[in-house]
Amino acid sequence: MRTYNEETLAVLLRTLPAAPAAWVKAAQEIPLARRGLDDIVERARADQAFRKALFMDAESTLEGAGFDSDPALLDAVRERLTP
Amino acid sequence: MPVVETDEQLVARCRQGDDDAWRELVDRFSRYVYAIAVQAFRLSETDAEDVFQEVFARAYQNLPKLRDDSAIRPWLAQLTRRLCLDTIRAGAREQPGEIPEPMGVDDTIEALDESLYVHEALATLPSNCREILDRFFARDESYRNIGDALDLPAGTIASRISRCLVKLRTELEGRNPVSTESGG
Repeated sequence: MRTYNEETLAVLLRTLPAAPAAWVKAAQEIPLARRGLDDIVERARADQAFRKALFMDAESTLEGAGFDSDPALLDAVRERLTP
Repeated sequence: MPVVETDEQLVARCRQGDDDAWRELVDRFSRYVYAIAVQAFRLSETDAEDVFQEVFARAYQNLPKLRDDSAIRPWLAQLTRRLCLDTIRAGAREQPGEIPEPMGVDDTIEALDESLYVHEALATLPSNCREILDRFFARDESYRNIGDALDLPAGTIASRISRCLVKLRTELEGRNPVSTESGG
């Protein structure tokens, strides 16, 4: 069995630095992206009426526009659109 | 102490379309994929970012095809390796002939496998130890920054790190030896 002293552990912990947070977040949003997150955000930025409707009633607005309206997607839309 | 899901359990939840599981999977392997790109293949940050996103996009797409859920780590390593090599080849398109892998890729990935094993053990420690060891070693934060962030006197950080390293060693000594076999 491999034994570890404190120096070895320190080296091994340093060997895997954290990936940039923005990269991780983008990868974590892949399922949301597949469900149209980027399209929704782009449309909300270009269409003020759509954006306003999203903040009033996101679920109905997304369903009316043909998107999924699951809670994770709604949260991600709000986070992206909130300055 | 927190109970950490096995890779197999996590992949099974991802297959069921669980977004939280996917976030956890990315979190668990992000350092590994990043390190293969920048340490083993020495890609630039721009190329590494492209590879990183492509690895996880393909992993998400092809997860249902993974034959053995517990082999997610070697599968991701192989995928990252292939995409890094494609990136190097694309950058050297004007040069004729086969572009070989950089020297020492196998050794570097073997070291990263062991490092990931230690990080997995770290994930099972109490949150105060996880936080302090990760901030000091993996995020390279100073005692002062760690003290500020965790609301601890800076003078106590060194002894806390030492105690947490002992806990980590104890955790590792209770586990099986590291395996670096590949599959997928």
